Amino acid sequence: MGKVSRAVWLYIAAVVIVAVALIVPTDFEAQGIRWWIELGVLQLLFLICDSTPTPLVSRQSAWSPSSSATLAAVVLLGPAGAALVGAISVFSLRRHMIVAERLFNGAMYAVSGYAAGRAYIAAGGHVGRPLPHEFPMIIWAFAAAAAVHVITNHGLLWGALSLTRKGKGLRDRSRLESSLPLLLVSDLGYAVLGLLIAALWTVVGAFAAVLVLVPLFVARWAMGQFAEQQRAYAATMEALCQAVETKDFYTRGHSERVSRGSGMIAREIGMRPDRADAISYAGMLHDVGKLGVPTKVLQKTGALTEEEFAAIQLHPMRGLEIVREIGFLDEALTGIMHHHERIDGKGYPMGLAADEIPEFARVIAVADAFDSMTSNRSYRQARGIDEAVRELRKGSGSQFDPALVEAFIAALGREGWKLPEPAAAPLDHQTVTAQDHDDPTAPLRVVESL
Amino acid sequence: MTAHQSTERWSSWQAMDSGRLLLLAAAGMLTVAAIAHTATVPIPPASVHVAVAFGILIALGELLRLGLPGGREAAPIATAGAMAYALLLYVKELPGHQPPPPVPPLQVIAVTAIGMTIGALPHLAAGRAAGVTGMASRLVAVACVAFIFRPLTGVHAIAAHWWLAAGVMTVLLIFGCLVDVVIGALIRADDLGARFGVALRDEMRVQWPLATAVGASAMILAFATESMGIAALAVFVVPLLVTQLAFRRYAGIRSTYLQTVRALARVTEVGGYVESGHSHRVSVLAVAVGRVLGMNEPDLLDLEYAALMHDIGQLSLRDPIPGGATVLVSRADQQRIAELGADVIAKAGVLDRVAELVRGQSLPARGTEPGPPVGSRIIRAANAFDDLVGGSTDRDRSTAALERLRLDTASEYDAGVIEALSEVAGKRRPGRL
Repeated sequence: MGKVSRAVWLYIAAVVIVAVALIVPTDFEAQGIRWWIELGVLQLLFLICDSTPTPLVSRQSAWSPSSSATLAAVVLLGPAGAALVGAISVFSLRRHMIVAERLFNGAMYAVSGYAAGRAYIAAGGHVGRPLPHEFPMIIWAFAAAAAVHVITNHGLLWGALSLTRKGKGLRDRSRLESSLPLLLVSDLGYAVLGLLIAALWTVVGAFAAVLVLVPLFVARWAMGQFAEQQRAYAATMEALCQAVETKDFYTRGHSERVSRGSGMIAREIGMRPDRADAISYAGMLHDVGKLGVPTKVLQKTGALTEEEFAAIQLHPMRGLEIVREIGFLDEALTGIMHHHERIDGKGYPMGLAADEIPEFARVIAVADAFDSMTSNRSYRQARGIDEAVRELRKGSGSQFDPALVEAFIAALGREGWKLPEPAAAPLDHQTVTAQDHDDPTAPLRVVESL
Repeated sequence: MTAHQSTERWSSWQAMDSGRLLLLAAAGMLTVAAIAHTATVPIPPASVHVAVAFGILIALGELLRLGLPGGREAAPIATAGAMAYALLLYVKELPGHQPPPPVPPLQVIAVTAIGMTIGALPHLAAGRAAGVTGMASRLVAVACVAFIFRPLTGVHAIAAHWWLAAGVMTVLLIFGCLVDVVIGALIRADDLGARFGVALRDEMRVQWPLATAVGASAMILAFATESMGIAALAVFVVPLLVTQLAFRRYAGIRSTYLQTVRALARVTEVGGYVESGHSHRVSVLAVAVGRVLGMNEPDLLDLEYAALMHDIGQLSLRDPIPGGATVLVSRADQQRIAELGADVIAKAGVLDRVAELVRGQSLPARGTEPGPPVGSRIIRAANAFDDLVGGSTDRDRSTAALERLRLDTASEYDAGVIEALSEVAGKRRPGRL
């Protein structure tokens, strides 16, 4: 939360007062020793769940299954018990939490636990270990409790976030909004776990919590492994693409930048996240087939013969040949194969036009040409971003898809563009291409056939 | 020599399939006996719905099989369902009904076998492998648990104290899981030519997280059915479903990773640096040799990556080496290629061990202390072998190549690696590589 403003402090104080006011009037004297033991176990469970949150949507939001402990308390201990279980989050084992955050979390979970407990009773639920004959009707009372818990929780959190984030750009909030449905679903899922724990409690006591949480902790472990593998995967892919680029001094970093540009366009036009990921990979790999073009053709300064031009035109197919075996890249394959097609049908390798060209290919074509123009080449200096944008607009409708050009320009305006490091003069042993097949402002020259 | 070799191959082939045959025969006999028993002693009407519900859960679980790293297949939900049925103490009675009579072990086996078979049919219909071996292994594990636990349900102490029941269940679930793992390791060791001890440790390493979740879920299902009736199955399988989804994503990214490295390793071929298929052949050879030498699975994965990318350093060369045969170029050039390749791989930041293997491939086996890692020696030998033999499976050619490599074991190549290589090359059959 960073530095806490006065308005936020007031808000936190209000929530804390409400929480205390709800808990204090309860008649704790009436509770037996078993109640207190169960409370202690559930509080411990809450802290264990809370200590290692699972990253949900990339790094954006982390949510922990601790609410399942609160919901189990709703059934087993009643509203005050649920509030006390939630309040324990003041002592969260997570580090890097400031006092305001701890206070707020404790109060927020206490209030929502209490509200859920009231809702459970109002819907006809019976507090205590659920007896066999209560099933399956207990599910409706529990569903009411879960819904109230989620709503109260998110409502209070929403208030705090809108106070702290006031004045900051819209992006934080829109990101939070986009991850909200997922948070709600996962919260309801964790709430269901609360019922599972409460139901098993009748049979095996606190051991129920262990049993229900073991599969979840294993799932969390697997998700951690998944994230680790995914990072390793992206890093490996980037390193291999760089290896391919060492063939040519001037195109260093081209793959990575085209990948970034393609991703920007994909997000701008609202592509699904998995497709946006795939297009980033396709952008990364789009020129892999260039390796099949003989070095002497790439280095040639004069006009190309028909055969040499054909060799260059073949590189998307060569690329396809290499990456075809990668299972996940179905749509990305079409992007790699057709990234040199033109809207007017004069491109290669197939001469597709307009909508015949797969969307991935149209996106990559824009990012590809833009990066080529804004990089140094042996035959010219890099162009500025404004000039490159003008060139893109000029080719819009003939070479590029107009909608995607506009999307790219809009994304550029918001996110900016990191230009390649100005390339120093190439060293002796480094190969240099004399012509760039990606550059729309300097088309390859081909000798007219005799 | 050839006659001797062929009998050896024959017997190893026989040994390979006799293990699997034994397993299938055991599972088949269990199934027949169980179904015959259930046909003669029909399931009492009061517990038919329990048997049907567990059968459906097992069939669904078999339908939702899960691929695990290393080409393994598991069916966590089916296993948990079958184990829960074997561990069932007592089902919440329906109002107006008598408590259901105890379930005999053969009935558990019959329900499991039928459920698994039904769940496997859609796989067959879709043209996928039926996975009979995996099913048989799971069935045997369930049978072991059922035969021990079913008689125990009559013991009063176990029915009366949940903690005693939970303790016995935990022990039996661990035992059942061990049965499954040992069978899996035996089959894998035979299939791949790995050592049994190594295969067992690999199997345990891969299986234990999922097995923990499956075991806990089996107990959840058994206990929940006790308090909430059969409807609990639908709800209490949810945590395991979450686990399964997480594992699916993990296994998915692992295989995509491997496919990508395999595909991108081919850039050297497309660029004309190496002969077509070289990287793939070297990686297959290297992994087979590593397995003969008793390397475990994580090490073999590193070895496979390193072997696939061992020539990536050639991309930095101005002109391809004729034919790409690094065995024919000077020591200095070999070292430069290895260094460049290792630098490329190290840039990823996550494959440092792979980079070390690639870096070490140019070093001779002797003469330096402590010498290159085993993986590097294997790649060096496999690469030299493939440079000399190529894609050919001609026996004379490979024998000649091995002779040449053997002559160099005093300095260049590791004698143990060459012996393993000749063992692997001897088993090569035309069309296999």
